[in-house]
Amino acid sequence: MSIQVDHVTKKFGAFTVLNDVNLHVRSGELIALLGPSGCGKTTLLRILAGLERPDQGRIFLHGTEVTDHRITERQVGFVFQHYALFRHMTVADNVAFGLTVKPRAQRPSAARIQEKVEELLTLVQLQAMADRYPSQLSGGQRQRVALARALAVEPKLLLLDEPFGALDAKVRKELRRWLRRLHDELHITGILVTHDQEEALEVADRVVVMHQGNVEQIGTPDEVYENPATPFVYQFLGDVNVFHGRMSQGRGMDGEDRTITPEWEHFPEEREVTFVRPHDLELSVSRTSPTQLEATVRFVNTAGARVHLELESKESSELIAVELTRERYRELKLQPGNVVYLHPKQLQVFKVPAT
Amino acid sequence: MRLILKQPSILPGFGLTLGFTVFYLSLIVLIPLSGLFIKTSALSWGQFWEMITTSRAIASYQLTFGASLIGALINGLFGSIIAWVLVRYRFPGRAFIDALVDLPFALPTAVAGITLAAIYASNGWLGRYLDLFGIKVAFTPLGVLVALTFIGLPFVVRTVQPVLQDLDKEVEEAATTLGANRWQTFLAVIVPELWPALLTGIAMAFARAVGEYGSVIFIAGNMPLKSEITPLLIMTKLEQYDYTGATALGVVMLVVSFVLALAINLLQWWSSARHMNQ
Amino acid sequence: MSVLSTTADKDLQWKDAITTESSLVRRLLIGAAALHLTLFLLIPLGAIFAEALKHGVGAYFDSFANEDALAAIRLTLLVAAIAVPLNALFGVAAAWAIAKFDFVGKQVLISLIDMPLAVSPVISGLIYVLLFGAQGWLGPWLAEHDIKVIFALPGIVLATIFVTVPFVARELIPLMQAQGREEEEAALTLGASGWQMFARVTLPNIKWSLLYGVILCNARAMGEFGAVSVVSGHIRGLTNTMPLHIEILYNEYNAVAAFSVASLLTLLALVTLIAKTLIEQKAASHHQRKSGQS
Repeated sequence: MSIQVDHVTKKFGAFTVLNDVNLHVRSGELIALLGPSGCGKTTLLRILAGLERPDQGRIFLHGTEVTDHRITERQVGFVFQHYALFRHMTVADNVAFGLTVKPRAQRPSAARIQEKVEELLTLVQLQAMADRYPSQLSGGQRQRVALARALAVEPKLLLLDEPFGALDAKVRKELRRWLRRLHDELHITGILVTHDQEEALEVADRVVVMHQGNVEQIGTPDEVYENPATPFVYQFLGDVNVFHGRMSQGRGMDGEDRTITPEWEHFPEEREVTFVRPHDLELSVSRTSPTQLEATVRFVNTAGARVHLELESKESSELIAVELTRERYRELKLQPGNVVYLHPKQLQVFKVPAT
Repeated sequence: MRLILKQPSILPGFGLTLGFTVFYLSLIVLIPLSGLFIKTSALSWGQFWEMITTSRAIASYQLTFGASLIGALINGLFGSIIAWVLVRYRFPGRAFIDALVDLPFALPTAVAGITLAAIYASNGWLGRYLDLFGIKVAFTPLGVLVALTFIGLPFVVRTVQPVLQDLDKEVEEAATTLGANRWQTFLAVIVPELWPALLTGIAMAFARAVGEYGSVIFIAGNMPLKSEITPLLIMTKLEQYDYTGATALGVVMLVVSFVLALAINLLQWWSSARHMNQ
Repeated sequence: MSVLSTTADKDLQWKDAITTESSLVRRLLIGAAALHLTLFLLIPLGAIFAEALKHGVGAYFDSFANEDALAAIRLTLLVAAIAVPLNALFGVAAAWAIAKFDFVGKQVLISLIDMPLAVSPVISGLIYVLLFGAQGWLGPWLAEHDIKVIFALPGIVLATIFVTVPFVARELIPLMQAQGREEEEAALTLGASGWQMFARVTLPNIKWSLLYGVILCNARAMGEFGAVSVVSGHIRGLTNTMPLHIEILYNEYNAVAAFSVASLLTLLALVTLIAKTLIEQKAASHHQRKSGQS
């Protein structure tokens, strides 16, 4: 089922939670709404489910406007952040709930419901837990029950609110890979809300980065990671070094010429912010080009798959994070106190008007 | 800005349940209570003042409020001790006592009244020994105090107990590591935490005692000017068909009750606000 | 199990050693609490049954074998049978509106529900006399239509409802607030109708507190004395409830009969306390199970 979000605005009191949001989701896609807490991603999800009503704008599901449709008419599966399992029902009864509340004419037979519950519990690998109560399950198991329960009514659209938020790091990784595989099997359109960029980049077909009620960027994980559209997206997705500098006479920190876009022309001097990811900085022990930045090694952490260094810029005394492969680190033979020269392999410059 | 009377929600039944709630409360509580004030408004201020300041009325206030206050303070002391013992110590019968503390709340007041009167009468279980020392409880103001102490018992225990339970032991441990002895820790760390709850409990016990009728009248003796509480005076006036006099006294009691309820709300708000800050 | 609990106890004792009092202080405090509770709770409780059985079991049961006593018991049951369901319905409705929605004036509504607890029982009766009594506003109209409210069943029921309005609502509101809205929302996303959501998700979640609220409400309804005393008129065999009957018997120096009837209400109070303890234990074990897992 495709989704169209059309100029949706939502306010809580004087606070704008969603500001003119537009979004198109293709049928069968798995989308991640990514952003810090308070960015409006959960509200957008709840509006899609019909748990909230937008103040302005329209929602289309499969080309039909559903803005005023009640939640029960939308055929949407919703997985709550804290699972919202019915605490007084067994796992099997939780999963069966959506089927047993159907009007008598549409309700499957008891035997069919039981069969369906077994199928779903097999799908989420919880066959043995059918008679347990939610309080007797681990967080990861509760999460899977919540998913099975949502899937039982065969929704056209699956919405997941921070599905792995309350789980510890290891379970979280396992579950999100499992969710991805499940999605590939079922081909159900899915939207998941998360504040964890790693999760969004790993699971989703496309990522919607949100900030303060606005959509900052929509794109594949590669696109948003490689070509962030705004400073916010750059900083939110992964570690980044920020160089504040002034551009003068069309030259920036990297020594490259800048083309000044017409809108900036009337500023005599402009502030610019350059973003470079730690693994995009190339180090050498001797100067090979005049534009290289000089820095001193302050701290080296060799634990882990990659080596993390902290350098101090000679020019500004700011700290710069660098990530090297182990091979490269061994080649350079770096020690704290050594002087190195930096060159960005890839960078992104955003201009800010001088104030 | 538009005034938002209700946050939107997809849960059903708001109009129905709120409508029923307001309708029911208006019918049962609001309209009958306001009737009391409307009835008094027929009186001039002078008439009203005269009615509520007769010597018999004043004597009844002194007894009612005095005995209620002393009873509430006794409960403040023993209620705190009981709460402390229940939370901090383990001993046989603890669960039984914990359950029994609510007895004065669940026991009908008339039953409490005749029982206390029987125990403290000069031939009763306790009265006969008190008699030896020349102490008379039943049919004296002291009897009123006993009854009001009895019915106020659960309030202090039940307000202090949860606070004591939630009290972070680490804070006490910290005080100990910093060199405080047990008594210093108690005064500097525990008492300030308990204070709002204790005051709330005392205020609730006081408020309950002020209005109490059933458990008092059997043991009080009910002598005008001596051992007659205000609710009984209202009752007497009603039995003499002096509705206006009863209503005037009722308004006095009601105003006192409202002020006390407000004070209790403020105390609770204060105590929860302190908890929020931590 | 026993091994586990002893190690746990030892651990507790060891930890407590830092933050507890000397054994003398501890004994003094326990002693003071025990003395106070004995004087004010245990002795009265024992006295009720001792007085009731003073002249043996035969005399105890004879106390119920007269028409006035039976009429009082019947009336008390009838009043509770009307007042308790109404207040239970009110309590559920009020708790639903207050706990699950945010609206202006909520605090005022809660204060209003608590109001009867702050009002003297005598005044609770008085306000209905002012409304429906012979000299009350509706008095002449009621007399014209030959409807008796005061000194009759309706007055007793009204006064009882007033006094017991808060009990069910006060049990449910904090519980339903703590449970939040998510389970109900989940039921709706799964296609449940409003009624299905309430019957299959909300009601099972609140049933124990609702039950306790009803039991407490019932105990207070059957035991109410002051308010009922004002509106009843004390007509023997007609408008006497059990507490009023106790008063009459006691004033007639029929102590055994008075305490016999009182013992029934005392048993009801004890059942209420047991129910409260059981329900609290249930809630605590549920809570423990939950927190133990996550």
